[in-house]
Amino acid sequence: MFVAWRDLRFAKGRFALMGAVVVLITLLVGLLSGLTAGLARENISAITGLPADRLAFAAPPDGQSVSFTNSRVPERAWDTWARQPGVTRAEPIGIRTLNAAAGDRTAGVSAFGVEPDAGIAPGHVAPGRAVLSEKAAKELAVEPGGALRVGTLELRVEAVAGEDSFSHTPVVWVSLDDWQRIGHRGTSADEQATVIALTTQGADISAGDEAAGTETRTVDGALTAIGSYQAENGSLQLMRGFLFVISALVIGAFFTVWTIQRSADIAVLKALGAATPYLLRDALGQAVLMLAVGTGAGTGLAVVIGAFIRGGDVPFVLDAPTVLVPALVMIALGALGAALSIRRITAVDPLTALGSAR
Amino acid sequence: MTLLLDAVTLTYPDGDSRLTALDDVSLEVPAGTMTAIVGPSGSGKSSLLAVAATLVTPDRGRVVVDGTPTRELSPAQKSALRRVRVGIVFQQPNLLPALTSTEQLQVMAHLDGRKPRQVRARARELLHAVGLDDKVDRRPHQLSGGQRQRVNIARALMNEPAVLLVDEPTSALDHERGAAILDLLVRLTRERGTATVLVTHDRAHLAEADQVRAMADGRLDTQAPA
Repeated sequence: MFVAWRDLRFAKGRFALMGAVVVLITLLVGLLSGLTAGLARENISAITGLPADRLAFAAPPDGQSVSFTNSRVPERAWDTWARQPGVTRAEPIGIRTLNAAAGDRTAGVSAFGVEPDAGIAPGHVAPGRAVLSEKAAKELAVEPGGALRVGTLELRVEAVAGEDSFSHTPVVWVSLDDWQRIGHRGTSADEQATVIALTTQGADISAGDEAAGTETRTVDGALTAIGSYQAENGSLQLMRGFLFVISALVIGAFFTVWTIQRSADIAVLKALGAATPYLLRDALGQAVLMLAVGTGAGTGLAVVIGAFIRGGDVPFVLDAPTVLVPALVMIALGALGAALSIRRITAVDPLTALGSAR
Repeated sequence: MTLLLDAVTLTYPDGDSRLTALDDVSLEVPAGTMTAIVGPSGSGKSSLLAVAATLVTPDRGRVVVDGTPTRELSPAQKSALRRVRVGIVFQQPNLLPALTSTEQLQVMAHLDGRKPRQVRARARELLHAVGLDDKVDRRPHQLSGGQRQRVNIARALMNEPAVLLVDEPTSALDHERGAAILDLLVRLTRERGTATVLVTHDRAHLAEADQVRAMADGRLDTQAPA
């Protein structure tokens, strides 16, 4: 790094310009990562927080994928799953997104119907009593003991607990019986749920699906059954991926031009006896140093801005994976772009340093 | 013999045929002596330097640098030989723009795996020897053409080479500064015992050379000292 370090100090303007580009791209990637994770959390936290390792959906018609919107599993299905060897727990869960109202306040919520003794909700649910996530309670301006209406159900708030969210709506936990009556104007409805939360240990999933008429996914695999999550997360991840590729290309282009500009100096150093690995190490070290400083500054800015907006209405997650992973990927891809560019050092002919050699 | 070229022939591809740059050239340069190679442009002077510097492998013949035959050396071994046994004074100073005069010399030690600060005193001593005591922290753009050429010479001597190859060192300088540079090269050759090959097209300053050889069309002819 003897020459590279001095080049960095000497050509401050050029490296500052390139460093600023790295800072801005890292800032953009960092904010996008936090936003992606925040939006994902609003989409899936109620599902990923379930005490289960698999979810059984009603088997869809041929050619269709499972979905939370279309799945309806009958009581027979969860009874069947409960009897399967290796299944330690099979809890029906009803999921429906609808409007809730309290006084003059209304909000879109996801009603999660669970058996009162299942221990899935963050508080105790019972017929006629609901547990609201904090965001649902805030939007409806209700407190424990207050009344609310979910669809056609009149409920009393038993507790406010947790931050569960599903498909960008806060969760209201109700008893499965109540959930089954939603939309039936207080009359009894069919014994059914949306999915079955399974806790398994070496269970034969295929056999269980065949017996129960279901299609089972791991919890992570079930997330794609949330239509909005798949589209939204896919789009944001695609944008993030493009930013990574763009940063690698921009850094590669910069170091291509830089290496071409330095070709005469490289030829001199080779003529003086510099080994090619020495020159490659020098140039790559320069690139990694610039990337590390630029990415560090960009990540720092993203953390500061993220901390500022996190408390507001913008869904934003600020944790090690959303902060460090993009930074490390930026450095790795940037270094790869730079490495591909500085390969041309190997092709520089030291003979050119002698001027006309023929 | 510190530098030996024995029946060296070098050709380059030229369309469907080959152009002969060096034609059966033989040269011996003992330590502490200066050999001047004179000749017009295109006569093969720079090719001779390139072969002696191990930058080009000749088609035929033998090149021995400080007792080391160079033909069988790998590229890495040739680089190492250039680092420690060969000093090159380029036609243009070819200084690295980001480095001060001292650092231009220190980089030679760094190329060889030594810590630059360990050779700082030697770098300063060489810059003193070429008359640049007050320019040690200047970058190339802060030096005159003659001063840059002096740094170029000091850099070539940094690793105490056995062979010093000098390519048209006065071509970019006026007569007075050119004469001063040649005097300096002769003095350093005597003091430091290098086998110096000086390539030039200018016959005006060759009186101090121990031997003067003329090149024409890739052939090297013997001449009496000027």
